[in-house]
Amino acid sequence: MSPWRLAWRRLRVNRAAVAGGVLAGLIALATIAAPLLAPADPLAQPDPVGLQNLPPGAGHLLGTDGFSRDVLSRTLYGARVSLAVGLLAALLAVLVGGGVGFAAGLSRPAVDRLLMRGVDVALALPRVFLLLAVFALWEGVPLAAVILLIAGTGWFESSRLVRAHVRSLRDSDFVAAARALGAGRAGVARHLLPHVGATLIVCATLDIGNIILLEAGLSYLGLGVQPPTPTWGNMILEGKDLLFAAPWIALAPGLALLFTVVAFNLLGDGLRDALDPRRAR
Amino acid sequence: MTGPLLDVRELATHFTRRAGLFGTRTETVRAVNGVSFTIGRHDTLGLVGESGCGKTTLARTILRLVERTAGEVRFDGQDLFALGPAALRRMRRRMQIVFQDPYASLNPRMTIGRAVREGLEIHELARGDAADRRVVELLDEVGLGADAVTRYPHEFSGGQRQRAVVARALAVDPDFIACDEPVSALDVSVAAQVLNLLADLQARRGLSYLFVSHDLAVVRHVAPRVAVMYLGRFVEVGPAAEIYERPKHPYTQALLSAVPVPDPKTRRARIILAGDPPSPVHPPPGCPFQPRCHHPLKDATCTAVRPELRELAADHRVACHKAD
Amino acid sequence: MTGSATPATPATPPGREARVPLLELRDLRVTFPVAGGVARAVDGLDLLVEAGETVGLVGESGCGKSVTALAILRLVGPDGHIAHGSSVRLEGRDLLALPGKEMRAVRGNHVALVFQEPLSALNPVLRIGAQIAEAVRAHESVTRATARWRAIEMLTMVGLPEAERRARQYPHQLSGGMRQRVMIAMALVCRPKLLIADEPTTALDVTIQAEILELLAELQRKLGMAVLLITHNLGLVAETTQRVAVMYGGQIVEEAATEALFARAAHPYTEGLLAAVPRLDEPRERLRVIPGQVPPATSWPAGCRFHPRCPYAWERCRTEAPPLLEAAPGHRARCWLVEEPARRTRADAPPGEKP
Repeated sequence: MSPWRLAWRRLRVNRAAVAGGVLAGLIALATIAAPLLAPADPLAQPDPVGLQNLPPGAGHLLGTDGFSRDVLSRTLYGARVSLAVGLLAALLAVLVGGGVGFAAGLSRPAVDRLLMRGVDVALALPRVFLLLAVFALWEGVPLAAVILLIAGTGWFESSRLVRAHVRSLRDSDFVAAARALGAGRAGVARHLLPHVGATLIVCATLDIGNIILLEAGLSYLGLGVQPPTPTWGNMILEGKDLLFAAPWIALAPGLALLFTVVAFNLLGDGLRDALDPRRAR
Repeated sequence: MTGPLLDVRELATHFTRRAGLFGTRTETVRAVNGVSFTIGRHDTLGLVGESGCGKTTLARTILRLVERTAGEVRFDGQDLFALGPAALRRMRRRMQIVFQDPYASLNPRMTIGRAVREGLEIHELARGDAADRRVVELLDEVGLGADAVTRYPHEFSGGQRQRAVVARALAVDPDFIACDEPVSALDVSVAAQVLNLLADLQARRGLSYLFVSHDLAVVRHVAPRVAVMYLGRFVEVGPAAEIYERPKHPYTQALLSAVPVPDPKTRRARIILAGDPPSPVHPPPGCPFQPRCHHPLKDATCTAVRPELRELAADHRVACHKAD
Repeated sequence: MTGSATPATPATPPGREARVPLLELRDLRVTFPVAGGVARAVDGLDLLVEAGETVGLVGESGCGKSVTALAILRLVGPDGHIAHGSSVRLEGRDLLALPGKEMRAVRGNHVALVFQEPLSALNPVLRIGAQIAEAVRAHESVTRATARWRAIEMLTMVGLPEAERRARQYPHQLSGGMRQRVMIAMALVCRPKLLIADEPTTALDVTIQAEILELLAELQRKLGMAVLLITHNLGLVAETTQRVAVMYGGQIVEEAATEALFARAAHPYTEGLLAAVPRLDEPRERLRVIPGQVPPATSWPAGCRFHPRCPYAWERCRTEAPPLLEAAPGHRARCWLVEEPARRTRADAPPGEKP
């Protein structure tokens, strides 16, 4: 049985991870199917005076906000931004970080040192502050730019992780055996890639939660994706002032955020345990 | 008129490592420190020594998995360290290595089939169906079934993995295999199976072995010629019968006396060595063994002058001032 | 039940009935849940250790010898389960029935354990003197100063040079041999009646191993403790023990005085093991091997557990599980050959002859 299938087996018996995975899957499905599930247009303001701040009820399952927009629909559409940013930025960050780390791990000491000192400097930069500054100056920043900027400031950790992993594997006997067979650098890389793949999957899954929180934080501060496009962050911002009068406006995106982050973190932890080669026997 | 298959002359491998609180000092580990020997075709040299004596580094240097500091290694007349990358790669076909830990020496994320096939592909010895058939043949030769092809290392026991490692080495049809403690991690009954397999392969393929082990009994079993290594140097080399029946070097004598024999009726006098082996960073002056030596004639010469190997009997050489 | 050929369950030699043995294991069974079911790691094990004697417990990996050691101290972990009906008696006291607090008083105090890997068994951030003193204070109400003095005394006894200075060092500052001496000092500081040594020298070089064995023998003479030596090394057993039990498949398959066992192994597994070890005192020859592998502890073969690998096995071995049978006085083997010795004829070539 392949190590991947073994890992799958271990993952399947980990209840927390399965719960996280199922929840993450449902959230992703709901997000994709938002146009089908949402009872209303998230931007539609049918009657900004008469229908504003309605509590949850038959017509609007999660009530309406200050502009009479349907909160459920907005939460569903808001998930699109959160998940798109989370998934794509995490994927991008891990690919870049993995690539740099892999290259550094296999390079000559001089190149390795150069790359890693660069990463050290980058890690010292205050990420949130940097993003705040850029978004504050860049009005109407497109979603793609948000994703690129978040990914571009978030790949350093994974590059160090992958480099350390490659370094430790490089001295193992199976790599020495491959070299003794005549394998060159590419041959050694082929031996190591699947190992690094496992590390990257864990890295990416755990990153998704962090990035979703980061994006929500930025939106909450009024940066990044701009209203009226709903994001969980700007929805919470809008609901903030009515927290006592109409708590559902902030609570719906807040809880959605909580469940999503917890789901991806549980899944990530489970994956880490399942893919850990020290547990594979 | 062919020379020896492997001719090692004054080989030395030193490592430098950083020491001190901030890594400001560097120190030199003299893992292998001037070793010469030859191995003929269809021949085995047994190499015994305790941990840290440099035997594993020696094996790896001979295959150029580690770069040497000085000396030379000639394989079939060619200077291994003068070879360019392409020539070295061709040479790798002829020399292989089997490691101690069969769990670490197979990639856990690669099937046994792919592991055995790797050498065939690198050296373009077989492709496609022919390669598939060859892999099955090789597995069969080491006593593994064809079903091993699609299975992963973790599905096998230590002994079976070590067979797979041997099959991987055989794939390129080598002349020489360095066996670095190949049975030390295995259970008694399994170790015997692997030792017999190595003997059969040698008989069938005319292989040469460098057989490295800390276990003197195992080395006696496999090697007609034995070298004893201490602190990076050979202290005694000779025919196995000579070394085991008439050890000349005090270290060899102590080593042999320390091995427990599975026979309660033979009670031998054990020579207990004082203290631990010195570090290869700061080898003692004079004879490397002198601080632990129990020889009754030990004197100032031993602490001042390092003894060279000298021939005391036919083909039996000892590095000791006092041995006779 | 003296000297008969019937299955003698308790291994009490004649004339010893009245004395309570130091350690008595009866029908010890330890199971572990695993992916594919339940692993019966130790499966009905009887063993006696008398005060002051050295008993060897020999076997290959997976035979259950280390689990036996841990089960004596009830240290089989959260997953391990010691089955109902098992009994572990130390001087007649049933250890399996003791409350946790009293069991802790037994560990280290009456029964001590030395492991294979001294570096992982020592705490890397504590000075060795403090670790040994802590072991004293865990069992005896003595002052810090007394405990420390006892630690240094014990370190001197295990032959650590400059014990007082060494006591202030950390484990990583010591060599492997010295660490194992420290482990032994820690195990013996409370003067236990039984020392369980689980592969105590396997991680050490032969010359260091010789030192440690010498030390153990000397300490045993001085302190009068019994030693249960768990090892795969038949040479060690031959040189250090008086009695030996061979384990296979979670059970004892042969038990005898050491000389008797090496002179005339009754069980085919023991016979195979002895023939499979390369000998220092004998020239090159082809090794006799035991074919196949140890079966997994989740599915021991029916009948005799060794029968799939046994050169003598016949119909009876495949269906009927043999009990420990008395081959000679004090020499018992779990093999039907004891009852039908005529069947001891091999299909393959005897040892030493090449096919």
